[in-house]
Amino acid sequence: MKKNTNWEYAPAPEAAKIAKIAKRYDHFINGKWTPSQSGKTFRTINPATGRKLSEVADGNDADVDAAVKAARAAYEGLWGKMSGRERGKYIYRIARLMQERAREFSIIETLDGGKPIRESRDIDVPLAANHFFYTAGWADKLEYAFPNRNPSALGVAGQIIPWNFPLLMAAWKIAPALATGNTVVLKPAETTPLTALKLAEIIADSGLPEGVVNIVTGAGTTGAAIVNHPDVNKVAFTGSTSVGKFIQQTIANTDKRVTLELGGKAANIILEDAAIDQAVEGIVNGIYFNQGHVCCAGSRLFIQESVYEEVIWKLKSRMRTLVVGDPLDKNTDIGAINSKEQLKTIQKYIQLGQEQGGDMYQPTCKLPSAGNWCPPTLFTHVTQSSVIAQEEIFGPVLAAQSFRTVPEVISKANNTPYGLSAGVWCDKGARLFQLTTQLDAGVVWGNTFNQFDPASPFGGFKESGFGREGGLHGLAAYLEM
Amino acid sequence: MAKSSTTFRYDYAQSPPVDQVGIAERAARFTTRSIKTSTKREGLNMVLNMIDLTTLEGADTPRKVQQLCYKAGHLHDAIPGLPHTAAVCVYPPFVKVARKALGNRSPIKIASVATGFPSGHLTLEGKREETKRAVGDGADEVDMVISRGRFLSGDYDYVFDEIAAIKEACGKARLKVILETGELATLDNVRRASDIAIHAGADFIKTSTGKISSAATIPVTLVMLLAIRDYHFKSGNMVGMKPAGGISKSKLALHYLVMVKETLGPEWLSNEWFRFGASSLANDVLMQIAKIESGGAYQSPCYFSQD
Amino acid sequence: MNRLEILKTYKLYINGKFPRSESGRYYTPEGADGKALGNICQSSRKDLRESVRAARSALGTWAPRAAFNRSQILYRIGEMLEGRRAQFETELKRQGSSAASASKEVENAIDLAVYYAGWCDKYQQVFSAVNPVSTSHFNFSVYEPVGVVAAIAPEQSALAGLLGTILPIIAGGNTCITLASNSKPLSAITLAEVLATSDLPGGVVNILTGDRKELLPVFATHMDINALVASDLSTTRVAELKQASTHNLKRIVIHQSDLSKQEDPYVILKTQEIKTTWHPIETSIAGGGKY
Repeated sequence: MKKNTNWEYAPAPEAAKIAKIAKRYDHFINGKWTPSQSGKTFRTINPATGRKLSEVADGNDADVDAAVKAARAAYEGLWGKMSGRERGKYIYRIARLMQERAREFSIIETLDGGKPIRESRDIDVPLAANHFFYTAGWADKLEYAFPNRNPSALGVAGQIIPWNFPLLMAAWKIAPALATGNTVVLKPAETTPLTALKLAEIIADSGLPEGVVNIVTGAGTTGAAIVNHPDVNKVAFTGSTSVGKFIQQTIANTDKRVTLELGGKAANIILEDAAIDQAVEGIVNGIYFNQGHVCCAGSRLFIQESVYEEVIWKLKSRMRTLVVGDPLDKNTDIGAINSKEQLKTIQKYIQLGQEQGGDMYQPTCKLPSAGNWCPPTLFTHVTQSSVIAQEEIFGPVLAAQSFRTVPEVISKANNTPYGLSAGVWCDKGARLFQLTTQLDAGVVWGNTFNQFDPASPFGGFKESGFGREGGLHGLAAYLEM
Repeated sequence: MAKSSTTFRYDYAQSPPVDQVGIAERAARFTTRSIKTSTKREGLNMVLNMIDLTTLEGADTPRKVQQLCYKAGHLHDAIPGLPHTAAVCVYPPFVKVARKALGNRSPIKIASVATGFPSGHLTLEGKREETKRAVGDGADEVDMVISRGRFLSGDYDYVFDEIAAIKEACGKARLKVILETGELATLDNVRRASDIAIHAGADFIKTSTGKISSAATIPVTLVMLLAIRDYHFKSGNMVGMKPAGGISKSKLALHYLVMVKETLGPEWLSNEWFRFGASSLANDVLMQIAKIESGGAYQSPCYFSQD
Repeated sequence: MNRLEILKTYKLYINGKFPRSESGRYYTPEGADGKALGNICQSSRKDLRESVRAARSALGTWAPRAAFNRSQILYRIGEMLEGRRAQFETELKRQGSSAASASKEVENAIDLAVYYAGWCDKYQQVFSAVNPVSTSHFNFSVYEPVGVVAAIAPEQSALAGLLGTILPIIAGGNTCITLASNSKPLSAITLAEVLATSDLPGGVVNILTGDRKELLPVFATHMDINALVASDLSTTRVAELKQASTHNLKRIVIHQSDLSKQEDPYVILKTQEIKTTWHPIETSIAGGGKY
């Protein structure tokens, strides 16, 4: 018989050149591209190569002030007076324009953030467009969303978004704000500003009145300027728990409304009667999706002792099929770590995991020489008191523990200050619902993980933040009732 | 001595549950793999070499079978160096014809369907008889169908014993067990039927007869591959897989290879362990190869022999 | 000779029991007649800590209890209130209410109990959602109690305002520690006696009396309190509370309106979390289906 071949996949790169990236981007304020008043810019880098993609304006207080003034004027003017139906039509337009330019958006998202093109193409960009499309329809139906209320807009929303889902988070923030009649000043993360700026192009093309959406780029100080601006009525933040707490403190003496989508340390629980092969797929999807840069990542794996060995061998075997490397390659499963700093943080935790007695497993994979890379990593023999089982790593690092009984795993799973998400794998309905009802988490996935949909509210319990995004319930965060 | 449910009992309750939506999600991931350049060319050659070139028509005649046998060894002589198919697959009365056409030393195997194909409604005695005759006439491989009615009514022991009896009747011929997954209703049933067939002695498990509308799909095949994988992990023994029916395009066939590679590993990427049951797939693969060889010109079916 | 009246010792209500403050401290607020209302316990941070323990433990049985059963218990609170109308009216008068307003406030309080009793098993139906996601999943969002809630009662509306604070919290399956009106504590203390005889499990509502300035920071920084509900606090006090409570991202609910008048299911939602659950829906492969 013929000898076997390994049949490795040849490179299948997406054509980067169809993406138009300007040499330099200014702020998008009052419908116009506006340079920083300080004249300062910063570089945005492709984390897979370390090469510069573009120069981006670095916003200061004056830039933010101009943006808030524009947003206020738009709110007091045309936008505030517009009917819900007309507002909705603009949002529909944005959704359509995004669908038309989906491929370009996917490529830029991958270039700027390092995530695999498969994910930006199949998940981030379509979900972002769908979010606009779904939310648009609410604009003229708000009185049905909140019966016996007469909801009204809050005013100017200051929104700060993270680098892990740059376009999707912009959509999650902007779409509901517009549907409910607010105007927006949004700051994308400093490592991933490009798709939000491309979104500004679409917004300009859509004919949305000037000043309704303003995009100011910059780092933490720019964000602080938005949070502290006295004419901002609402702050919406997605990011780390420590920054979220800081924001909450900063605005404690104001009337500003706030929603926070913060960190997580989700439990992914495998019971002995689960469909193990699908559970393993869910484990992989739960922690290695987007290099583990996911606040709801299933970073704590709990396996019932009777199936522990089986789950681990199947998991390791699946990990060996994951392709790590060039994010633009259509076969890449795990792309580049978003920044040097984040890579250092992840490596610090990997080091700690080993020092604290965890058994580390990483499949051998050829990593590119330039750029930031971390292979998928699994720690077994982890204990509840290990740092890697307690703190959010925000990388492709999974901490596995075993358990014996359902009450034990419920108490272990809830034994964390976080409460964003959780996963349960179990074939028996009654047991599954025992777990889903007792886990303290805003999103619980039964026999699946990391599913997202514009109609499905997302947000956490406890220190994972408050408020919901998406679905009917996500509208409440932008309404006075 | 045949295995039987009285001497060797497989615990059917051991078959794990299958989550259909999870399977579908994993299946979809295989189809997002992008197979380019040398990988594609090698893959297409592998596909050709894994085909059981099939004719299973009521209207089959000796001449039709002779043509099929010639095609199996001469897929497209205009392109030198192409592999032959793994086997030809015919009804039992044509095994002799095929053997004569291929000769005794052909690398192309002869597979014969048996056991009252496609319904399987034949007495056990008749099934054994048919199997023995096909092997005696020169079949290297036997593609049997399981008794789906018995399976669906929960008579798993009957299904097990029947497979074991046919395995015994096969002698040296390799046994492919057709589950006819389109009649099994759920992926849990597909998994259980796979486990029964494997434990009863199947050398290959096969999805379908090709005679009903829901034939081979990637999700169904994945469930069967996972059964093979678990068995291999526990026993160290390899079992082959044959999706059949509905695979007529090269791109889809390559996705199957991706699935086999990522589920079972490259050890299974040969026609000893993986087959496609297909009649029109070969020509589509040939057109793809011709396109590559010609530097990218899209092809027309009229340049490829249809037998 | 006239019979000598028995005077009541005013105590706290923690875990279904009536202890004095562990600190032994007391204060003597003045009634409308210029006489002291009594020796009222001045709760300490340790009393508060004990209350939180009790509330956390009670949450384990109160939250999962059938909503219908919670409804019956809240209605029972109404029944018990009705039976003690006279006592509540007398105390309200001692605390400065006119006869007419005292009577009205008690009626108001009873009606609130009946109103929120009815919502216990209905707000979930009205406000939950089945979300039509695009993938083959069943997806629904339901409300769950946020957990242990600090309920700072209004200073003026000593009975109706207090019930307007507590009832939406417990109707939604939370447990609470309430800090009674400082100047008008009698209604809260008598309410404890009502609660103790209403089938309400011990620890679901715990009632403290004492000094706001002393206790509010302890409430705000306590890491095992999930939310804090208050009304009629000064802007500075609210800012302090918000700042101090960020350590565990406590949910802060500041009511603007008079809670004694607030008949509103949306108030229940303010101490609820939304949980969204996903589960696959399978498709059969039979009959020529896709898989």
